Amino acid sequence: MRFRRLRAIALKELLQIWRDPRSLMIALLMPFTQMFLLGYGVTLDLKHIPVCTFDREASQNSQSLLKHFEASSYFAIARNVRTYPELISAIDRSDCKIAIVVPPDFSERLNDTGTSSVQAILDATDDNTANIAYGYAVAIVSGYSNDVALDALGRQGGELQQIQPVAVQSRVWFNEDLDSRNFIIPGLVAVIMALVGAQLTSLTISREWERGTMELLVSTPVTPSEVMVGKLAPYLALGWIDASFCLIIATLWFGVPFRGTLFTLFATTTLFLTVVLGIGYLLSVLIRSQIGASQVALLLTMLPTTLLSGYVFPIDQMPTIIQDITYLVYSRYYVTIIKAIFLKGAGIAALAVPILFLLVYAAAVMTLAARAFRKRLD
Amino acid sequence: MNGPAQPAQAGKIDQVVAEDLVKRFGNFVAVDHVSFRIASGEIMGFLGPNGAGKSTIIRTLCGLLRPSSGRAIVAGIDVARDPEGVRQHIGYMSQKFSLYRDLTVEENLEFFGGIYSVPRAELRERMRFAIDMAGLAGREQAMVGTLAGGWLQRLALGCAVLHRPPILFLDEPTSGVEPASRRRFWDLIHNLASEGVTVLVSTHYMEEAEYCHRIALINHGRLIATGSPAKLKQTGIGGDLLLLECDALGPMLEALQHAPNVRDCSVFGDALHLLVDNAEKSLAEIPDFLASKGLHPRRISRISPSLEDVFVQLIAADVAAAGKAA
Ligand SMILES: Nc1ncnc2c1ncn2[C@@H]1O[C@H](COP(=O)(O)OP(=O)(O)O)[C@@H](O)[C@H]1O
Ligand SMILES: [Mg+2]
Repeated sequence: MRFRRLRAIALKELLQIWRDPRSLMIALLMPFTQMFLLGYGVTLDLKHIPVCTFDREASQNSQSLLKHFEASSYFAIARNVRTYPELISAIDRSDCKIAIVVPPDFSERLNDTGTSSVQAILDATDDNTANIAYGYAVAIVSGYSNDVALDALGRQGGELQQIQPVAVQSRVWFNEDLDSRNFIIPGLVAVIMALVGAQLTSLTISREWERGTMELLVSTPVTPSEVMVGKLAPYLALGWIDASFCLIIATLWFGVPFRGTLFTLFATTTLFLTVVLGIGYLLSVLIRSQIGASQVALLLTMLPTTLLSGYVFPIDQMPTIIQDITYLVYSRYYVTIIKAIFLKGAGIAALAVPILFLLVYAAAVMTLAARAFRKRLD
Repeated sequence: MNGPAQPAQAGKIDQVVAEDLVKRFGNFVAVDHVSFRIASGEIMGFLGPNGAGKSTIIRTLCGLLRPSSGRAIVAGIDVARDPEGVRQHIGYMSQKFSLYRDLTVEENLEFFGGIYSVPRAELRERMRFAIDMAGLAGREQAMVGTLAGGWLQRLALGCAVLHRPPILFLDEPTSGVEPASRRRFWDLIHNLASEGVTVLVSTHYMEEAEYCHRIALINHGRLIATGSPAKLKQTGIGGDLLLLECDALGPMLEALQHAPNVRDCSVFGDALHLLVDNAEKSLAEIPDFLASKGLHPRRISRISPSLEDVFVQLIAADVAAAGKAA
């Protein structure tokens, strides 16, 4: 790799981004609009979801679980019903969006097997609300079950020292007041970085093909890795700017605490950006049209990142098969990382595992991308 | 333009060699066993209709396409084996304009200066040279997309020679450019060649072929003739050409089909071109033959064939030969 050529490519790319309103819009405006749109969308609009409860056991345990729902600002208890028909009509009349049914053997099974379950019935006419309400319900139940687990260990005289990490984690992730903003906004930063990053670089090679400039570029001594690194460099800089925007909006506007260090944030963000920018670049190399590449980039990043990264829906509450799939979703590691940095103040060492996964991903994507670009027309 | 001068450094090694070059796209043969050599400082012109395979040959020589078989050697390097080794020695102007339209004149030059690692100490001076050559002095900050055709082509040439390559591949550099700009462009090519640069240039303008030291006629992926314009005009047609002026073309054309020793007869404007084996013999013979049919041409004279005549004739012969072979 030669610095002169790298610099020439990077400077040229920077000038082109600067003069292309579309790229600039994606790069600089999208973080703002997405932060505000999604930030409000997933927090304010979905507080006080009306919930019906049907406590078929009416024990101390079941009441204590339902208390968690009552205490949460996500849910407002609309009614306590005593029969299924009553529950169904409540949902039909839209008195509630979600109903929680505690089975008659709830405590019995909890005592016998250590696990138990409750039933959630959802009004799915508004799919999105239903999904999110379900996510919240799962979060609350898992918060409750953590309490139970801690209780049980405490009673058995287990070493409290040992279980401390679990306690800290459950508190920070689903903190007592269950402030969804703290839980969701850091993850949102990850989602935005993933979307914007892949979008931007998905255009960079296809643009050269479409405009006919590629034929000349490949006839020069420039190497594939110089093209790749030179082209990604300015987008990495844009990514840092975006990350700064997101950080500022998250902390100053939404009031999310930032307990980590800027160094950890930017180091891990750089790693994550390497992955997403590299994926966008790879798509751009493989699909020689700008529209095609950006559509595929959107598709490939949007769904996995929003559904499977754990940014709203906790991964450990998903079916095992889906949980296994999430290991392939690179955003998942960054969501873990960024939540831990924001809420727990985690440092590099504490994040070694997800960082390692991202490193592997980055290396694989870079290798593939550098190889996929052939200096040939056939 | 003073007509083609002789190659400045004739006798040196051949800078470009194609040996039995074949390029297939699937089953389609775009380049069909083509062989030629270009000497240092020589201007070789590729002449041929659209789809003949000119661009494909040039791209193969630049290492942008892998030859299906045969060899391409540029600057002494086997292109298929070491395409990267060739890059620094060549300048390329692709058929489609391929500078960055959203960059300024200066930014484009700086970009290619960086890509070719032109020594920093020399870059300013070479950019100056390229800007002057393109006639763009004072418009260094103009966005390239706003420039008209002639300037675009000269700037593209300027970018292609910024790193002083000994070999230039120019694929239809003057297409779509007005004649005055084309003349100017060819002056630039001749200046470069006189400094020893080897130039392979394709065109579909017949008159431009006259500016080349040597021409290769290409049709259907085959090289059907090579030689200097003078030599092609002398021998390429395989006979002598007569011009016959008359009042009624129809009956004359009809009658001449059966005239002795007339190999071909075609309408050319409001006159006829006759291809004959021997001009003197036919000049004596034809008026008598026509008189016997009651026809009297106004004038009949020997003319020297234009390149276009030669080209038309050679392609017709090539098509006939291919037809027979098939
Ligand atoms: N990449 C390609 N794939 C398939 N066919 C091609 C390709 N490039 C060129 N051709 C075909 O090869 C023939 C020669 O094309 P080209 O070299 O561009 O001709 P010219 O430059 O003389 O106009 C044409 O018929 C063209 O359609
Ligand atoms: Mg062509």
